Amino acid sequence: MHVLVREGLFADGHPPALLGSRCANCGNVLFPRADACPYCATEDPDPVELSGPGTLWAWTAVTAPPPGYQGAVPYGVGVVELPEGVRVIARLTESDPAALEAGQPMELRIETLHRDGDGNDVVTYAFAPSQTPS
Amino acid sequence: MSAVAVTGVGIHPFGRFDGVSTTDMGVVAVRAALREAGIGKGGFQAAFCGTAYGGVATGHKVLSRLGMTGMPIVDVEAGCASGSAALMLAAAAIRAGQYDTVVVFGTEKMPKGIIRSSFFEPWQEEAGLASTPAFFGLRAQRLCLTSGITKDHLARVVVKNRRHGAANPDAMYQKETTVEEVLGSRVVCEPLHLFMLCSPNEGAAAVVLRRADLPSPAAATASAPVTLAAAVLRSHIPGPVLSESTPLAGLCRDDIPAPTTLSATAAYEEAGLGPADLHVVECQDTDAARELGSCEELGLCEPGGSAALLSSGATALGGRLPVNPSGGLLSKGEPLGASALGQVVELVRQLRGECGPRQVEGARVALSHTVGRGANAGVVILTR
Repeated sequence: MHVLVREGLFADGHPPALLGSRCANCGNVLFPRADACPYCATEDPDPVELSGPGTLWAWTAVTAPPPGYQGAVPYGVGVVELPEGVRVIARLTESDPAALEAGQPMELRIETLHRDGDGNDVVTYAFAPSQTPS
Repeated sequence: MSAVAVTGVGIHPFGRFDGVSTTDMGVVAVRAALREAGIGKGGFQAAFCGTAYGGVATGHKVLSRLGMTGMPIVDVEAGCASGSAALMLAAAAIRAGQYDTVVVFGTEKMPKGIIRSSFFEPWQEEAGLASTPAFFGLRAQRLCLTSGITKDHLARVVVKNRRHGAANPDAMYQKETTVEEVLGSRVVCEPLHLFMLCSPNEGAAAVVLRRADLPSPAAATASAPVTLAAAVLRSHIPGPVLSESTPLAGLCRDDIPAPTTLSATAAYEEAGLGPADLHVVECQDTDAARELGSCEELGLCEPGGSAALLSSGATALGGRLPVNPSGGLLSKGEPLGASALGQVVELVRQLRGECGPRQVEGARVALSHTVGRGANAGVVILTR
């Protein structure tokens, strides 16, 4: 069994997707879903799913466990640009910054963080270097 | 509207002080500022206290210990810019004629290690997305990509500020370092090494503001007092994914002004001055790249020009526009609620010519800048 680190943030299907929304007024794409568009304050943006692939815009690796984190270190964190015009902060499956380069294709994955007290794997969304040439 | 003068400043050194409470440090700073201002009980009509981790009624606890209560005492939380926010509120109240004299102080004991911020939701911590150094690293990498900054530049920011801090008895680190030592310290989050990050710590700072058209009881500052020309706080405009508002996503756009730029633009307008008029700057240098980004966002150089500004020597003591002559947060450490007011204390002393070996000669216009989570960006301009 596995559980999502947070319900309503992403779908763990094949392929996985981020649960975002698009503002009916200004057209900007949002992640995560929100009560109102942060750019124009229009209420109830329309739900959309964001599945990538995207391109790498920034990246680093976390070398010491931050507060409240029970998973392994090091792990990658980065920003990926999606074709919908949105930049998303996410974990990266690659934890060696030297193995990554700006603009490289990235695809969405589901990644296990740790096992909880009930024996379930806690999973989150992450980006990995694309296996298929874009 | 009344102009606002700074008639007294005081500081409790920044560092780690076991057995010394948040209140203890606040008492030291406030007492020193009141003494300089030549006032005591009944000498001020309001107090604003900046703190992020101090807890309920931090300001009341300090002023109760001094036997000075009855007036409004308001705690202000605006992250790294808490002190700027407190100054903004106090200055506005004086200008509006509500008060003649206001005490503004900040006091803080930060938890040890990486800051655990209640800003983040529990799932963000569980997913490893609540790492403050990771956000610093990502911003640093983008700045490196857009401004031609190298790790050598980042190390030289640290060397500069630690050289300045070696002459500051109120700093946590008073020892110089070298490029080799900085680059030899362990990588925390690429491209940032340990020595390129400031230490969260403890400290307090206090400032007395007074209507400038009233005579000051303080003999020392009665002639040519320091004027608070602007005190501005701004939050963020959404869009930049790596903004201090710390969103999970943003737009694929690079033309949206940063909170610091919003705040600086408003402060320059309020003061009727521009970046070319400045003689000395204390800016947010929570990490080495942040100082370079701050220089760009404050308009001290063109966008992309911060590496050249650093390399020219302009921002070192003796240069055209010294940045962080106190040693900056890289030398002093960062007690959130006291951080901005610590900068203001340094700049008031610089404008008065009291800074000894780290004095910026002839400084008459000074700018303080803090920015952090929220987003909160504070810019204060002082003149003499």
